[in-house]
Amino acid sequence: MEIIERSAAQIAREVSARTTSAAEVTEAALAHVAAVDGEIGSYLTVLNDRARDVAATVDARIAAGERLPLAGVPLAVKDNMCLVGTRTTAGSKILEHWKAPYTATAVTRLLDAGCVPIGKANMDEFAMGSSCENSALGVTRNPYDLTRVPGGSSGGSAASVAAFEAAIGMGSDTGGSIREPAAFCNLVGFKPTYGRVSRYGLIAFASSLDQIGPLTRTVEDSALAYDAMGGYDPMDSTSIDRPLEPTAPSLRTDLRGLKVGIVREFATGALGGAIDAVYKQAYADLKALGAELVEVALPTAEHGLATYYLIAPAECSSNLARFDGVRYGLRVDGADVADMYEKTRAAGFGPEVKRRILIGTYALSSGYYDAYYVRAQKARTLIARDFDTAFAACDLIACPAASSPAFQFNSKSDPYSMYLMDYYTIPMSLAGLPALSVPCGWVTPPGGERPMPMGLQLCAPLFEERLLLGAAHAYEQATKHAGAHKPALTMVGGR
Amino acid sequence: MSRWEAVIGIECHVELKTKSKMFCGCANEFGGEPNTKVCPVCLALPGALPVVNKAAIEHMILAGLAFDAEIPAFSKFDRKNYFYPDMPKDYQISQFDMPLTQGGVVRYWLEDGTVKECRLTRIHLEEDTGKSTHAGSGDGRIAGSTYSLVDFNRAGVPLMECVSEPEIHSAQEAVGYLEALRRTLLQLGVSDVKMEEGSLRCDANVSIRPVGSSELGTKTEVKNMNSFRSVHRAIESEIERQIALLEAGDRIVQETRGWDEVNGTTISMRSKEQAHDYRYFPDPDLVPMEVSRETVERLRATLPELPLARFERYTRTFGLDVKQATQLIDNAQLGSYFDTVVTASGDPKQAKNFVLGELSRLANETGTPVHESPVTPEHLTELFVMITGNRINSKIAKDLVVRMWGGGGSPKAIVEREGLAQTSDPAAVEKFVDDVLAANEKSVADYRSGKTNVMGFLVGQVMKASQGKADPALVNTVMKQKLES
Repeated sequence: MEIIERSAAQIAREVSARTTSAAEVTEAALAHVAAVDGEIGSYLTVLNDRARDVAATVDARIAAGERLPLAGVPLAVKDNMCLVGTRTTAGSKILEHWKAPYTATAVTRLLDAGCVPIGKANMDEFAMGSSCENSALGVTRNPYDLTRVPGGSSGGSAASVAAFEAAIGMGSDTGGSIREPAAFCNLVGFKPTYGRVSRYGLIAFASSLDQIGPLTRTVEDSALAYDAMGGYDPMDSTSIDRPLEPTAPSLRTDLRGLKVGIVREFATGALGGAIDAVYKQAYADLKALGAELVEVALPTAEHGLATYYLIAPAECSSNLARFDGVRYGLRVDGADVADMYEKTRAAGFGPEVKRRILIGTYALSSGYYDAYYVRAQKARTLIARDFDTAFAACDLIACPAASSPAFQFNSKSDPYSMYLMDYYTIPMSLAGLPALSVPCGWVTPPGGERPMPMGLQLCAPLFEERLLLGAAHAYEQATKHAGAHKPALTMVGGR
Repeated sequence: MSRWEAVIGIECHVELKTKSKMFCGCANEFGGEPNTKVCPVCLALPGALPVVNKAAIEHMILAGLAFDAEIPAFSKFDRKNYFYPDMPKDYQISQFDMPLTQGGVVRYWLEDGTVKECRLTRIHLEEDTGKSTHAGSGDGRIAGSTYSLVDFNRAGVPLMECVSEPEIHSAQEAVGYLEALRRTLLQLGVSDVKMEEGSLRCDANVSIRPVGSSELGTKTEVKNMNSFRSVHRAIESEIERQIALLEAGDRIVQETRGWDEVNGTTISMRSKEQAHDYRYFPDPDLVPMEVSRETVERLRATLPELPLARFERYTRTFGLDVKQATQLIDNAQLGSYFDTVVTASGDPKQAKNFVLGELSRLANETGTPVHESPVTPEHLTELFVMITGNRINSKIAKDLVVRMWGGGGSPKAIVEREGLAQTSDPAAVEKFVDDVLAANEKSVADYRSGKTNVMGFLVGQVMKASQGKADPALVNTVMKQKLES
């Protein structure tokens, strides 16, 4: 197995044991990126020089006796996270040439832990989308079938890890933007409890929902990445000031003594026979691992999508106001300042971003605020209460991460059908709960030629990341779905 | 008496004095090279997040307590959304429906000593904007300019907005209100409150109505007032303008008017008010604030004696007039010096005479403030004791103060060293009197023939002979006895 195909945990162990070096891993990763990224399109910017510099530093730190939990691990940074001196675009024309003058806290923490940044990963513009097709700056393809999307919005990070261009991908999840691409790309994608990972340096989409998390090929890697990037940050007022108990040491191998809730309203029969079968098998496997399955109800979850598509656009309409051409980013000159604003934003934002700014502006407008924004906040509270009730009867909730495997480019013709991709992930985001997607089987879509991965979503009560990752690990180790198929790639070294 | 009554409400913006800005660690200081006190947060770079400055919150609570406002247990920040080039985020973090303080009242006094009050609608906390400079238009205005420059040093400075109820009825009251606001905030140490540096900015909403009416007339908003004097002039002028319009049968247009200092009139700035929809909503980057009762009580315990309480103490207890009391309140160091002297000596009357009299005169002459002079409150206390104990007379006392101002030290020591103690020894005084009477036979004769007003001259001669040390009261008694015996 090529070094870059190994897990982050393995790479870090070997670099720490000096059986290989961060420099060697980095060279291998960069060579592989050079070979495959033309096809995959994971990265908007490849950080060749930066990666080599950081790798040299990591090797020097290891040589000096430092213990680095992620020594030499190739990292893909979603392009809505600032890394000082690098172009940080959020997938938008409006920031196409903007270089960040500072580094996001979560990125700093992963670099401190020994990660080597390989590149800045493509994404749906301002994280608005579920396929990466809304990127204004490039196309990313699903490594398991290049005719299909990698999911989104963290599509570039997902594709890079699936294609072995990185071992850890940093994603951000607002309504499913880590979990859905993880499901589409045969990865573990983990969204921690809201407030667990600092948002400082993450270009905001919807502040009350945005949460950074890892996309990795194993649960253990997600645990290691989360342990390194999480924890209180005084620069983010919404980050939670309570100790982060390491999750990596508490990974379990069975589910004995756990009650897993199966959501009545999320019955999978309507998703089609093959998909239904995958989830039925997944629930049966949880039971086989010792879990007791109980039915739980989330009666308000069906309003999640409507609620989300008021709150997230409302926040984004305000968060994205700063892209006005005055201080940085794109500026299109106009007759006066108002004309400059209009021309700049007309040219700089893509259609989906504009749509959400308009929806959000409308939802916050005087006369509509109570009917839309306030009511959505109330619905959000009710959805969170449903989870409280459900968790009184179970320890974890299991459900699909997405309603279908990765779809083909341009196949979602209207925005609403795209929004539906996040049907199962949005309720957890609204409730701020920790949730992840773990590979749970393969389905060959109608008309498709290759089997595509599916993801099982597990969700835990607030702050129960140890339980969540521990259980996901038990399921992953027992089922080993991820290894059943390889990505459609030509590996360097000829395979 | 005019048949019109003015109704005025005042809206102030006060920059709070904190080490750092409201939501980031940049220095909160006036001036400096443009764009040197900036960071990702106050420039609103992508990904930057605000963190609340706790000192600003405490300043707000202190101000609220000083104005008897309610301090609710919960408060939050909201976003006020509108585009403006000197506002980096294109929204202002402000407070909409749950400000840190609610209600309250500003009590103030006028030159004649009348105490008035004006209720506050609200005080809330927000952030200041940057500053635009428009080039190419000749007059610095945006109209006709070819480009604009923005300095973000001020962006994110904590800003207190203080809105009064329309309970002010004259330009004089408006200035009284503003002075009380400024004095109080200065006393609390929460702001420099300097109009010339923009740390206090105010607008006035002015309307008029027939005396006796309870309905509000159409108001105009008067802006661009850069000193208390211009506030006074602008409001007077606007009231006159409105009265003239109504008396001519015209109507008032609701509009914003700018004060033109040079021509002494207000000028229409914007007649068609844009109906702004600020789309306020709770800022999701900040968590709601809980203000505990303990915090409120801890801060309440640190409140200094507030201006109105001092005013009443000075005027009612110490018998100072309005001007003197105001002088002591507005000159913090002189006031504190005065209070120290009163405490040390227990003699407010002498304290008033000397601190506001001789010492203030010397301060004016020399340019050295009283509290920085070598005259300590302890020395003054010694002086007062010598005066009340008849050890020195008032003339010597004045001379002593001059010497003390010049660095002479303890007045007691000066008196002892130079033998300036008042002579109250009857034998010594009698000797001075006898000598003077002997040398002025004509005056003695005049007195005895009924021209008793020569007494003053004779006493003066004794004082002169004794180099001012003789006790004037004793001299009088002895002199009278001798002349009438």
